Amino acid sequence: MRKVIQTNEITKQYGSVRAVNGVTFQVEEGEIFGVVGPNGAGKTTTIECIEGLRKPDSGSVDLLGYVPWKDHLEVAERIGIQLQESALPLRIRVKESLDLFGAFYAEREDSQVLLDRLGLADKSKAMFSKLSGGQKQRLFIALALVNKPQVLFFDELTTGLDPHARRSMWDLVRQIRDQGSTVFLTTHFMEEAERLCDRVLIMDDGKIVALDTPEALIRSLGVERRLVFTIANHFDAQSLSEMPQVDRVEQIGERVVVYGSGERFASSIVRGLETSGVDFSDLRTQDPTLEDVFLSLTGKEIREA
Amino acid sequence: MRGLKELTWINLKLFIREPISTFFTLAFPPLLILLFGAMYGNDPSPMFGGYGSMDVSMSGYTAVILSTVGFMNIPITIGNYRELGVLRRYQASALRPRVFITADVIANMLVTLLGMLLLVLSGWLLYDVRFEGKVLSFVLGVVWSGLALFAFGYLIGSLAPGARAAQVIGMVIFYPMMFLSGATIPMEVLPESIQHIADYLPLTHVVNLLRGLWFGEGWGDNILAVAVLAGILVVSTVFAVRVFRWE
Repeated sequence: MRKVIQTNEITKQYGSVRAVNGVTFQVEEGEIFGVVGPNGAGKTTTIECIEGLRKPDSGSVDLLGYVPWKDHLEVAERIGIQLQESALPLRIRVKESLDLFGAFYAEREDSQVLLDRLGLADKSKAMFSKLSGGQKQRLFIALALVNKPQVLFFDELTTGLDPHARRSMWDLVRQIRDQGSTVFLTTHFMEEAERLCDRVLIMDDGKIVALDTPEALIRSLGVERRLVFTIANHFDAQSLSEMPQVDRVEQIGERVVVYGSGERFASSIVRGLETSGVDFSDLRTQDPTLEDVFLSLTGKEIREA
Repeated sequence: MRGLKELTWINLKLFIREPISTFFTLAFPPLLILLFGAMYGNDPSPMFGGYGSMDVSMSGYTAVILSTVGFMNIPITIGNYRELGVLRRYQASALRPRVFITADVIANMLVTLLGMLLLVLSGWLLYDVRFEGKVLSFVLGVVWSGLALFAFGYLIGSLAPGARAAQVIGMVIFYPMMFLSGATIPMEVLPESIQHIADYLPLTHVVNLLRGLWFGEGWGDNILAVAVLAGILVVSTVFAVRVFRWE
């Protein structure tokens, strides 16, 4: 696989705050690469150093063979950017903006194709100021795609969107990757990183905490799993802790959580409950998530961090 | 200059869609003719060397259009674009900064010339105003004045953090100049003490140059005004380039 991005020990300081502190990683062609972390972790500064909108204080970035903040135009022709905060003139119309931005590039995508692809065809004459948050975000993706870019940068793409709109954004990002582009994104939603990204870089306080596939990161936590269920009749759930697959059991009233591991962890407990004639319901397994990975690596909940 | 034509065209459309700027640039100057024409008429007067009040005011009202665009529209638009993140969106594309600024200057210049055309047409239809200069020379005078005042406008827009600050700075510069430079009230009518102050106002030199060209003087006859405007253009451009920020 070809490397499209290589950063080497980049640092960036604002006043006395080290926003990015010695970050080194590489991104390969065709992957969805996500940087996750709480607000203030240095995600936006990192992405903007790679885009060339900022120059790091030290360290280097190689983007498609260019130095982004020096070779601005060569880079701009080959990448698409969705910024965390930006806008268009309030009275510009949707299709006008696509035609306008297309005119800035040598290579360009047909605006009607983009309108159809992003579900904006019926909004093509609408003014920017009249669009909903989700529609604006889709228009910004369309603008990022207008030059058929090799690498796409999405900074907090789904922040402020409702869960439904967020899911349809994920589908869009997957489609963009499937059509051959590399996607570099930042998010503070762990679920988004876990569901969407091929590889995840976890960032905190300007530093890399971990970098791997979501599955590998979760596996690295150890393999403790959880089985949760509700019991209707009296039953001392602690008796389950004698089973070999079970580490411990928590019981609060009718609600039971069993922690354990092993291939047949869930099925063996279910069989045990049935043998004992326990009437249980609402049974589900809870696997650890990236949220748990972040918690165990930094000691912080991402939401409060 | 890729994208120049398209961005200029969009800027023109955006200008026309903004009712306030359209009013003050295109409709307000003919209204000045209606108002002041009703008050003073256009009879020849010894005070204006045998010309009428409207004859001598056409160049002043053109200066009003130029300063509306230069001190209000340009700084407010740039401040607004910075505040909202429009400039950042442009910065993150392949749009070259010099294309951005050239398109904006051309669009503002075209709007100014359109305003001037409507103004002169109204003056001609209502008061049969006398024009004794050369059309091309007068239009070039408007363009030259526009370059100087617009450059100053971009400087304000570069210094001001947002639209509101740009508006305040623009108004502080705009209003005194409107009344003290001979733009709305002919210089002959103003007291002598104010005429001395007027020499130091940039807009006075715009009014002088345009009035000279309007009545058939050459550029050489207005060398001071031409030079002052050149100075404003150069100094403002140098400073604006230094202090300009995308965000």
